[in-house]
Amino acid sequence: MDNKTKIKVPVMAEVAAAGHQPEWLFWVGSAGAFDDRYKKVSREFAKILSFLKVDYAVLGTEESDSGDVARRAGNEMLFQMQALTNIQILDMYGVKKIVTCCPHDFNTLKNEYPDLGGNYEVWHHTQFLQKQISEKKIQFDTKLFKDKTIVFHDPCYLGRANNEYDAPRSILAGIPSTKVEMKRNRSFGLCCGAGGGQMFKEAEKGSKEVFIERTEEALASGADIIATACPFCMVMLTDGIKYKNEEDRVKNYDIAELVSLGLGL
Amino acid sequence: MLKQLFFAATLLITLAVFAFTMRKLFANFRFTRWIPLDNITTRLRVTLEVAIGQTKIFRHPVMGFLHAMVFWGFLVILAGSIEMVIDGLFGTERILGILGPVYDVVIALGDVFAVIILLSILVFLSRRLFLKVKRFYGPEMKAVSKADANLALAFILLLMVTLLGMNTFYLLNSAANNHEVIGFYPASILIAAFFTDLSPETVHFWHEFNWWGHILLIFVFANILPYSKHFHVFMSVPNVFVSRISPLGYAENMESITREVKMMLDPQTAFATSAEAPAKFGVSDATDVSWVHYMNALSCTECGRCTAVCPANITGKLLSPRKIMMDLRARMKEKGEGLRRKGAHFEDGKSLIGNYISEEELWACTMCNACAQECPVNIHQPSLILDMRRYLVLEKSAAPAGLNNAFTNIENNGAPWQFSPQDRMKWAEDLFINQTV
Repeated sequence: MDNKTKIKVPVMAEVAAAGHQPEWLFWVGSAGAFDDRYKKVSREFAKILSFLKVDYAVLGTEESDSGDVARRAGNEMLFQMQALTNIQILDMYGVKKIVTCCPHDFNTLKNEYPDLGGNYEVWHHTQFLQKQISEKKIQFDTKLFKDKTIVFHDPCYLGRANNEYDAPRSILAGIPSTKVEMKRNRSFGLCCGAGGGQMFKEAEKGSKEVFIERTEEALASGADIIATACPFCMVMLTDGIKYKNEEDRVKNYDIAELVSLGLGL
Repeated sequence: MLKQLFFAATLLITLAVFAFTMRKLFANFRFTRWIPLDNITTRLRVTLEVAIGQTKIFRHPVMGFLHAMVFWGFLVILAGSIEMVIDGLFGTERILGILGPVYDVVIALGDVFAVIILLSILVFLSRRLFLKVKRFYGPEMKAVSKADANLALAFILLLMVTLLGMNTFYLLNSAANNHEVIGFYPASILIAAFFTDLSPETVHFWHEFNWWGHILLIFVFANILPYSKHFHVFMSVPNVFVSRISPLGYAENMESITREVKMMLDPQTAFATSAEAPAKFGVSDATDVSWVHYMNALSCTECGRCTAVCPANITGKLLSPRKIMMDLRARMKEKGEGLRRKGAHFEDGKSLIGNYISEEELWACTMCNACAQECPVNIHQPSLILDMRRYLVLEKSAAPAGLNNAFTNIENNGAPWQFSPQDRMKWAEDLFINQTV
């Protein structure tokens, strides 16, 4: 059973030097590359890509921050420097299709880079995974979550910002488990509290932190797995579960992690 | 003849006062920033869905349904009001009866809608007067805002009472004089049954009373509206048409910055463009906003659906998206008046940021777009908040410390955290996959 094989994540510079142009670019994003919790998500997603034998590469050290945080915090100058630099690299490698685990980078690359001349077909990893499932390239035969109840927290930049509510839910629907919804879900979903640069600053004075409000709602759903699909939501909800002292009972997973676990990767 | 003259005179005064007010309000558009309006066909579709179809108001199903009834009812009743103007000017009676069956349908619908609207308004009024609905409260909801709402509802209530009165006594009057009834009145015919014992003179009086009462109320109401939050009656449909149609998460590109950045990255290309840098980056006062944002502010009816879903507001922060729109409207009124009276150099030492909106409010936003998603007339509050953040950062370097750190890190290491860019692939080290599957 335990037959682990080491995999190497292909880096664009090396792949291109070997004269190959991969079909997909996996945009890891700053959080995917540096945030301890989300690095695990990047790893699981890379495993899935490898399992699916997807022809892909990452930019590696040539990738730089997408600029989303800078833009939404008002620093348009910094955003555009980042965006224009990234576009130069992406175009240099002739990138056409991008997949990313970060809804913020997904939104920026898809909706905002075109204004600066960067035109790519951009997919969020939940959309990518949904497609693989619909094409039967991914099939779940797992009892791992049979007795678990999963609730999905909609990331604002996947849901409201880009109208994608069904991809993550249809992936979850394929994983044998019980599914519930929070009171505020889909377009009514409440933000985790990290967007618009909040992740990097102290919250303004108020009666409560947003992430606690959302965590309480998630816990009230009765789920023992809170699934999400965004590095910022992941950080906030993990903190919220800890704050509520529920980390023994309730776990927090990215959709990619659930897929990888479900596949036994 | 005397009646016609009197009618023509009141109509003329109504139109004159209305034109005067509109000139004042619309003159302020001169002080806004121009942005082009494209995708007309998409806009027409969005207008049909969101404005005419009332799709977003249905996000609150019960109140949404009642509002949709009031709106659709208004559209039908509008036809009757146009007829009243023609009748008033030319001394005719129910002139559009010449349309035959079409008229019967429209008038019958209007008659039934009058009852539905009347009942809906009673529900709205009691919610405001007797129930403490959270979204009708908040620091920005001053006594005058509440009075404003109640006054508008009272006006609509009276409009419906006089409309039904007019129809009822029209039926009775026709019966008393053996006139043929033009149109069909399913609701008023039931009401008329209660008044069959009135004398023909009394019936005639009440018909005239309700006819004049209804049309004069319309004239007065039309001229109060532009000074009220209820101006949305006029502004919301056009506002939906000009509203942002890009994905909610999209942020507008600042072309002026693009020129500067391109100059830094490649001096050659920058000199090719000759456009001058703007006097100011971002928005600090009402006169810096785009005309669409000013339109947004004019069409806001302070319903508070935005504020009720704002994560910052829910958790007790100062930010209220509704207040942002109300502040812009109030500041434009103040600054616009000064600019019109004293000329382009008018300065009152005040600005939108500071005197109306605090930096604390602006930094509390999570850019989650819940407010914009909720707004029944497609106002986009986050883009205005972003424009003001842009001013604070690009002109004042006044970002909160944590964000300044993130900026520095992005500049130096290409990530908002303090990690070396050389470590960007560390996540992929020692990665194993279970091959038995």
